[in-house]
Amino acid sequence: MSRRKTERLLNLVICLLSTTRPLSAEQIRFAVPGYDPANDEAFQRMFERDKNELREIGIPIEVQKDPWEDDPGYRIVKQSYELPEITLEPDEAAVLGLAAQVWQRASLAEAAGGAMLKLKAGGVETDLAEGPLELRVDTRDAAFTPLWEAVRDRRAVTFHYRSGGSESVLKRVVEPWGVLSRRGRWYVVGHDRTRDGTRVFRLSRIVGDVTPTGRPGTVEVPEGTDLRALVAYGGDDPGPERTATVRVRPGTCQGLRHLAREVRPGDGWDEADIVFTDPERLAGWLASLGPDAVIDGPPDAREAVIRRLKGALH
Amino acid sequence: MNDRLPRLLALVPYLMSHPGASVPEVAKVFGLNEKQLIEDLQLVWMCGLPGHTPGDLIDVSWDGGEILIDNADTIARPLKLGVDEASALLVALRMLGELPEFAGGEVLGRVVAKLEQSAGDGAAAISNQVTVEVEAAPGALATVTDAARRGRRLSLVYYTPGRDEITPREVDPLRVALVDGRHYLEGWCYRAEAMRMFRVDRIQEVAVLDVAADPPAEAEPMDVTQGVFRPSETDELVELEVTPAGRWISEYYPVEEVEELGEGRQRVALRARDQGWLVRLALRLGDSGRVVRPETLAARVAETAKRTLANYEGSV
Repeated sequence: MSRRKTERLLNLVICLLSTTRPLSAEQIRFAVPGYDPANDEAFQRMFERDKNELREIGIPIEVQKDPWEDDPGYRIVKQSYELPEITLEPDEAAVLGLAAQVWQRASLAEAAGGAMLKLKAGGVETDLAEGPLELRVDTRDAAFTPLWEAVRDRRAVTFHYRSGGSESVLKRVVEPWGVLSRRGRWYVVGHDRTRDGTRVFRLSRIVGDVTPTGRPGTVEVPEGTDLRALVAYGGDDPGPERTATVRVRPGTCQGLRHLAREVRPGDGWDEADIVFTDPERLAGWLASLGPDAVIDGPPDAREAVIRRLKGALH
Repeated sequence: MNDRLPRLLALVPYLMSHPGASVPEVAKVFGLNEKQLIEDLQLVWMCGLPGHTPGDLIDVSWDGGEILIDNADTIARPLKLGVDEASALLVALRMLGELPEFAGGEVLGRVVAKLEQSAGDGAAAISNQVTVEVEAAPGALATVTDAARRGRRLSLVYYTPGRDEITPREVDPLRVALVDGRHYLEGWCYRAEAMRMFRVDRIQEVAVLDVAADPPAEAEPMDVTQGVFRPSETDELVELEVTPAGRWISEYYPVEEVEELGEGRQRVALRARDQGWLVRLALRLGDSGRVVRPETLAARVAETAKRTLANYEGSV
């Protein structure tokens, strides 16, 4: 942006803040340097653009239209513009300093940095976090920013999605209720209009762009929506807990022994009880342990292990 | 987007609330070099109230490097926080609230209340819809954090799933990191003679030694921007072909290259320090993936699968 334009916008902000009664476009044209005094159309276009730019950075311009006036009047109300007085105790400032570093280099870093700058400008002494605690959340998925905006603006989105293990990519129209980071992965939860049901999507499985569809302010988050619970179970029943019996060679399979409910020493093999819900997940883990572990049952989990091992033969 | 105007609208109030601040100090706060800051000051100096007579303009001086500002009362306060700005901080604060150090403490509550007050309803609403889940504090966390604070050496019994090994280690802690909701201890490991990240939930036993931490000079915090575990350039490059059921590989591990082969199949290239880990990975994949390169690894996978299946023979 040119220096002249920045100057004009800053003067416009000062002008609209300093006036107690709304000013017409014509009054503003002569009060703020840089507007075209000769060409009406050029001025109108420029003034419209300037108003939009100020609104984009969060400046509330009030428009007043009185029935007895031909033209609307504009002003900025101090109370809705200014950061209210805010003071932080030293312990509060320390906590805020920690919070501010969380998004470093993630897509919200700029927003957090902007907030901290405004607070500092408002005289709040914020400590830069020092010490041995480091906090970081990453938002590497390109879908994060458009989904954050969609949640913020309460509008539906369209994207293409590949479900886990699926060959095809399908189009989804989703009313997002929220986004959640769990074990390093981001999920979006919402109402899937295509499937007419509650669904959880992993951001890393979104293919291509996320496009807002529908008007802002139209998504209603149902009362009592529990994002954590929905992501934890993916909307499905995780199934009952069962116990597998696994034989392991003495001195091997340390991780398994640590997680086992019980390990009974035996002749050549120790026997471990492992609690599981999903036989396929269990099978992947046990197959990875190679010849040091043998599963005796239940039969479906045992079959799943054998199937994986046969699949790895070639 | 224009970022200079928001900066100027914060710069003026900053200068009003910090009279006499030095040019280098202010430049640092705003992430500018000194020349850029002076250009900002020169621009501000040309602005002011309608009329724009000398008495209407903002008065700025930076003689001798001390910045003084006057006649800028209309923009003496910064602009209120935007929804994104306040939410970014609120989401982070709520995440902090899940840490044992802050749980139940009222400090967080006070900060959240003050921020919500200065930001309006929109920010409070969205910050409830964006959640960073933090794992339940592992048993070793309090001890590890305390040792990092006091600079004491730690003795650990640590489980490495990649090699399925439990090893004793002595570690000089440098910091405790919460990355994407998981706790890590970063420190100088005397067993590896290198910096290492340890997942705190994989520490099976921990004791603080009566020895001051004394890491060597080359012990520098690691850059975790690209994820906590990064393979080294010198590790062997391995190529796998996976079916849709094996696509989790590229979501789960740092991979060098992913090529789509159609119908959801992928060719994935990744580096790993440890061939044993790769064999385990291939066994886990079963028929949802196969090693393309190197052939020695593919042969080792087939051989291990065969030996393992022998355990099941006769009783199938």
